[in-house]
Amino acid sequence: MPEHNAADVIAFHPKRRPDLPGLRITNLHLTRRGAALLKGVDLALSPAGITALLGPNGAGKSLLLRVIAGLIAPDRGTVQIPRAMQGRIGLVLQRPVLLRRSVRANLRHALALARVPRRDRGDRITELLALGHLEGLADRPARHLSGGEQQRLSIIRALAANPLLLMLDEPTAHLDPQATHAIEALVERIATEGTKVILVTHDIGQVQRLADEVAFLHQGRCHERAEKAAFLSTPESAAARAYLNGKLLL
Amino acid sequence: MRPVVFALLSFLAAPALAQDPVVLVQSTTSTQNSGLYGYILPIASEALGLDIRVVAVGTGQALGNAGRCDGDMLIVHARTAEEAFVAAGFGTVRYDLMYNDFVLVGPQSDPAGVAGAASATEALARIARARVPFASRGDDSGTHQKELSLWQGIADVTAASGSWYRETGSGMGATLNVAVGMRAYTLTDRATWLAFENRGDLVILNQGDPALFNQYGVIPIDPVRCPNVNADGATAFTDWLLNDGQAVIAAFEANGQQLFFPNASD
Amino acid sequence: MPTFSDSILSALGLILSADGDLLEIVALSLRVSLTAVMLATVIGLPLGAALAVYRFPGRGALVVLVNALMGLPPVVVGLVVYLTFSASGPLGVLGFLYTPAAMIVAQTVLVTPIIAALSRSTLGDLLGEYDETLRVLGANRLDVIGTLLWDGRFSLATALLAGLGRALAEVGAVMLVGGNIDHVTRVMTTAIALETSRGALPLALGLGIVLLLITLVLNAVVLGLRGRLEAHAHA
Repeated sequence: MPEHNAADVIAFHPKRRPDLPGLRITNLHLTRRGAALLKGVDLALSPAGITALLGPNGAGKSLLLRVIAGLIAPDRGTVQIPRAMQGRIGLVLQRPVLLRRSVRANLRHALALARVPRRDRGDRITELLALGHLEGLADRPARHLSGGEQQRLSIIRALAANPLLLMLDEPTAHLDPQATHAIEALVERIATEGTKVILVTHDIGQVQRLADEVAFLHQGRCHERAEKAAFLSTPESAAARAYLNGKLLL
Repeated sequence: MRPVVFALLSFLAAPALAQDPVVLVQSTTSTQNSGLYGYILPIASEALGLDIRVVAVGTGQALGNAGRCDGDMLIVHARTAEEAFVAAGFGTVRYDLMYNDFVLVGPQSDPAGVAGAASATEALARIARARVPFASRGDDSGTHQKELSLWQGIADVTAASGSWYRETGSGMGATLNVAVGMRAYTLTDRATWLAFENRGDLVILNQGDPALFNQYGVIPIDPVRCPNVNADGATAFTDWLLNDGQAVIAAFEANGQQLFFPNASD
Repeated sequence: MPTFSDSILSALGLILSADGDLLEIVALSLRVSLTAVMLATVIGLPLGAALAVYRFPGRGALVVLVNALMGLPPVVVGLVVYLTFSASGPLGVLGFLYTPAAMIVAQTVLVTPIIAALSRSTLGDLLGEYDETLRVLGANRLDVIGTLLWDGRFSLATALLAGLGRALAEVGAVMLVGGNIDHVTRVMTTAIALETSRGALPLALGLGIVLLLITLVLNAVVLGLRGRLEAHAHA
């Protein structure tokens, strides 16, 4: 039995919440500037693990994340989020938006916003830095970090408030394979610790490596949701089949 | 942060922290620009134990300010307006203080030929006939009112405003700068002219007419009308001006010339 | 031209001789304008931040108004402040008229819209960048304002400098409410106006050059500080 490194022991709260139901999205509609962007999304997610949101550009994946996060109100339809999860949602954008401060100060700021008591902040920051492998960069200006490092910071910042749901919008889209690997390890770790993860991605390989289930979006609707292996080998919907075969979807 | 707050409060409290009692005089730019106050105020302040301050604006503005009780006394040179001020109850009494005279200045080439005119009105008539530029104060000042009185019956300057008759609406110094700039004639008090450093091409072309006599008056503001005035200070300074101050005024010179002639009656 | 070289010599002469009157005038100019900018910041910065962050009916009109007030004519402000502090005016009892206090008030009125409008613009841009992220992290509006003010502090310094420049340069307001009283309310700009009306143009221009140099030095110091601090900004 390999010894657990001190840095491996992360006091994340809470641990698994197997009692929580999964997210349920019903008949979600969103129109902006006359264009219908979400045209009745129906989707029930599994309560645990990593859900990959797959689909061509313009399918509405990023929008859906924002609606779930409460940043945008839908025109019609509902997003049922378990009560315990409300307000405990983290969102990581494609391009990390970091404050013009040090790495440490960014984390401290997020902890303050999450109303974490002052006396706990120091320890929490140490935990988070270790999780993201950013200990050595703690006092560097956040904007001086590399793309991969910034994204790792963005992710651990989102964890500051101990979210029960973490959503990531194409987190590795602009990163090299090495940085991508680091991010994927981090995401996997987070999911294992008990946080529900929704991951928007174009990378089929990433789906293969990380996802437990896949939801396929196209033209503002969810065409299919299935367990990963089943989806990748035998997608049911024609759109998903075409997409996986690399054919252009309009 | 605290030193900042303290500095702030000390500014705002400044009025209350002044050393000697303050006497505020509303006066004119001509007396200011000539340097008269720079000379007599230190002497008077010392002698009376007062902090005498002068706000120098056009006569019209000085009278207006005084009418709003923003001052303790007036020193201006517009007799008619001064008497109206007292009659309306804003001032206690008007006293003659000192006099000098006005002069007509213009370009050395004298296109209107005013140098030989026997009287000021004749000089102005020549300017009107020749339609050469004339710069007027246009600001209801003492100088302006004197100038308008001279134009009476000679020319309708209101109609001519904007053509050869240019109204600057400014103080004497500013008007002189304009006159120099456009090589125009203008009426100025001798004191301002003698102290003025930007004469350009202008020289005195006509002077001496008794009509160009310029009388200054001093008026304490009525403390009944304006309860906030420093009546004692105003009285003290007024008394000084009319007595000991007369010699001091006479002693003031610029370029070796006496600028103001005290004429307070006993 | 003779006048310009005379002015430069005049300016040099004034500076090198450390003329007592000049030092007094410069000191008062700085005290009045710096105090006004401080007060204007206390009022204008939260106002600009609130305009950037809050949405309410009439907000658009208020933004337009604040921007328009940047162009308040100093002489008009001077007139209004004079009438307010006049002995026969509503606040005459304060005794501010013809003292530096009234000058500070007038310049504060002039500078506040500049600080408010420029900070609204700067913080609005920053908000566009930070908004979603902060909201997801659980920030309420006040949290957002606090974050923007701190993160935007270097850009905001430029807004303050703009306000300071305006205050140091204006003459219409301080002339009316201060009265240009020798040793009491005479500042650089009113001294320049006085010397001009005396026809002492080279001296007036010389004073103007001194004023420009002071403004230059202030700007250089602030922007230099900003550069150094920004490089070291970790917190």
